[in-house]
Amino acid sequence: MPTESPPAADPAPQPPTTTPPGLLALFVAFAQVSLAGFGGVLVFARRAIVDRHRWMTADEFNETYALCHFLPGPNIVNLSVVFGSRFRGIPGSLAAFTGLLGPPVLIVTILAALYARYGEIDALRRILAGVSCAAVGLLISAVFRMAAPLVKRRDLVGLVVLAAVFVAIGLARLPLQAVLLVAIPLSIAITFAMRRRALA
Amino acid sequence: MNSEANPVWTLAWTFGLMSLFAVGGANSAIPEMHRVAVDVQHWMTDKQFADAFAISQMSPGPNVLIVTLIGYSVAGVAGALVATLAMCVPTAVLAYYVSRLLTRSSHSRWPAIIQAALVPLSIGLMGASGLILALTSDRTWVAGLVTAAAAVLAFATRINPLWMLLAGGCLGFAGVIG
Repeated sequence: MPTESPPAADPAPQPPTTTPPGLLALFVAFAQVSLAGFGGVLVFARRAIVDRHRWMTADEFNETYALCHFLPGPNIVNLSVVFGSRFRGIPGSLAAFTGLLGPPVLIVTILAALYARYGEIDALRRILAGVSCAAVGLLISAVFRMAAPLVKRRDLVGLVVLAAVFVAIGLARLPLQAVLLVAIPLSIAITFAMRRRALA
Repeated sequence: MNSEANPVWTLAWTFGLMSLFAVGGANSAIPEMHRVAVDVQHWMTDKQFADAFAISQMSPGPNVLIVTLIGYSVAGVAGALVATLAMCVPTAVLAYYVSRLLTRSSHSRWPAIIQAALVPLSIGLMGASGLILALTSDRTWVAGLVTAAAAVLAFATRINPLWMLLAGGCLGFAGVIG
């Protein structure tokens, strides 16, 4: 759900902060980012951290995000922990982590309880069916958007790996762990070999 | 698998392990969530899984919150909390240690190679998520059409995705989707 006020609307731009954020500031910033972040928290996190609070430069943010993206798990959760620890160690991680997850988990748990109670109501069933159709479309568009650079660069190896994983998980419905334990080392080996060949 | 075990523990180890394999983010693990929750453990029906996805997309916060909904349907509030923490804490701890390691020796080119190798994998996983969710939610041709229209609009325009979810909800309420 969108918030009532746009997240980036800070009328008076502040000078770059030199003092690192405190625990409460970390908690509040990530809670705000999370509650504003509908469909994708990343954009709001970048705005808050780089533009509004100036806790990081755009490059520092990109580096931190790249690290969190190549690690498994929810990227933005990883980002909150890495970010919090940069400024305030483990307590900072905990503050950012609970800020990011606490409020939305509370909201979603309430929605889950409502769904458990009223989910069988016909109008609600129909609405949710319609929302999920559209939500699936959004996810598919994200897939095409991410795959577009591979197609553009004619990255044949990448596209074959992509297709193989899609078939193994989507069509054959194999367990994720089994597929990735084969696919990850294979893909890393191929990428490594291709880079060496490109250098030679 | 072991139906005698306390379901909260099953949630904890299922999602704790799954998080370490969620390459590219929570949406990459949706096929595995569906396989475990619907096919293996029979925690939810296809329809309930599709609804959980819809609710998580309509809610604020990171995409990972679909596991909160799955957890709730298994074991109430305790299940919701355990599933969420199991999906988030292991990789958060990993991220904490890896980030400390990398700030010390940032000359290595391995992070870049690993990242390049993982990108096509994560897109393949997301594609599989799209397929499985489309199969669970699109039961009529109109539903498939709504999904296709949302995909094209989101790909080709910069319309706020919220409007598309809203339009989907309206069409659903009107009984068009069936």
